[in-house]
Amino acid sequence: MSLSAKDKANVKAIWGKILPKSDDIGDQALSRMLVVYPQTKTYFSHFADLSPGSAQVRKHGDTIMNKIDECVNHMDNLGGFLSSLSEVHATKLRVDPANFKILAHCLLVVVAAYFPNEFTPEVHLSADKFLQQVALALSEKYR
Amino acid sequence: MLSLQQQETVHFFILLIYLTDVNMVAWTDFERETIQSIFGKIDEDVGPAAFSRCLVVYPWTQRYFGRFGNMGSAAAIQANPMVAAHGKVVLNGLQKAVKNLDNIKGTYTELSVLHSETLRVDPDNFRLLADCLTIVIAAKMGADFTAEVQAAFQKFLAVVVSSLCRQYY
Repeated sequence: MSLSAKDKANVKAIWGKILPKSDDIGDQALSRMLVVYPQTKTYFSHFADLSPGSAQVRKHGDTIMNKIDECVNHMDNLGGFLSSLSEVHATKLRVDPANFKILAHCLLVVVAAYFPNEFTPEVHLSADKFLQQVALALSEKYR
Repeated sequence: MLSLQQQETVHFFILLIYLTDVNMVAWTDFERETIQSIFGKIDEDVGPAAFSRCLVVYPWTQRYFGRFGNMGSAAAIQANPMVAAHGKVVLNGLQKAVKNLDNIKGTYTELSVLHSETLRVDPDNFRLLADCLTIVIAAKMGADFTAEVQAAFQKFLAVVVSSLCRQYY
């Protein structure tokens, strides 16, 4: 399910809208994930405060969104670009890849809430494919 | 060795466990109100919107709808009257569950057999449709679709999906 030219264009367009609000959107997506899928909290036992909007959650949301921003600019070579981050996820973080899908879903829910008119089914399709490719690249080094 | 009275007590509790539906879902007041509120206010177009979105975002789900005619593009899918009609059927099915929150399993027994034996739908596809419905509702509700509301809504959909899968074997 690789990205077509149309997919890349759709992703860049919707990301253009997301970027100015990416702090809030990232925070909301991550907070939401921790509430709606409580099992994901197991990866953040080192966070003092896991409540929605807490400083640590917000900061981590930023980290994720900044990285996704870079991925938008490296859509032609996600595997190469995310190689070392994949190493970190494989050897240190060991996040079960099923959780990438969960976070992607939460991010898309927030994007839909923020941009109901722009988040058409076609854009949704492209965004979903893009996040799936990011997840694939992140889990590349797992085994 | 238990006394006769102790044995009777044990038997009573075993019977109680069998009689109690241990699979019954417990809804909090917040969850119940949230689900009923969302479905009480829902537009008619939500069913068609969610269903057509599913066919676009996850095109392999089109495999069950060969008789629907033109689904060659996102535009064609969204304009297709049979898709729209079926979206309404799906939404009506969900409304039934909302009216029977305490017995979704029983409410969906026949529907489950239908989807398993006649329609032969891969149950994973129910989850895909559920995700699309969540996104459509998020788009409608905006900031009101808080994390807690999403959790309640997705719990409802998970119960619906589980009840639909129940008669598969």
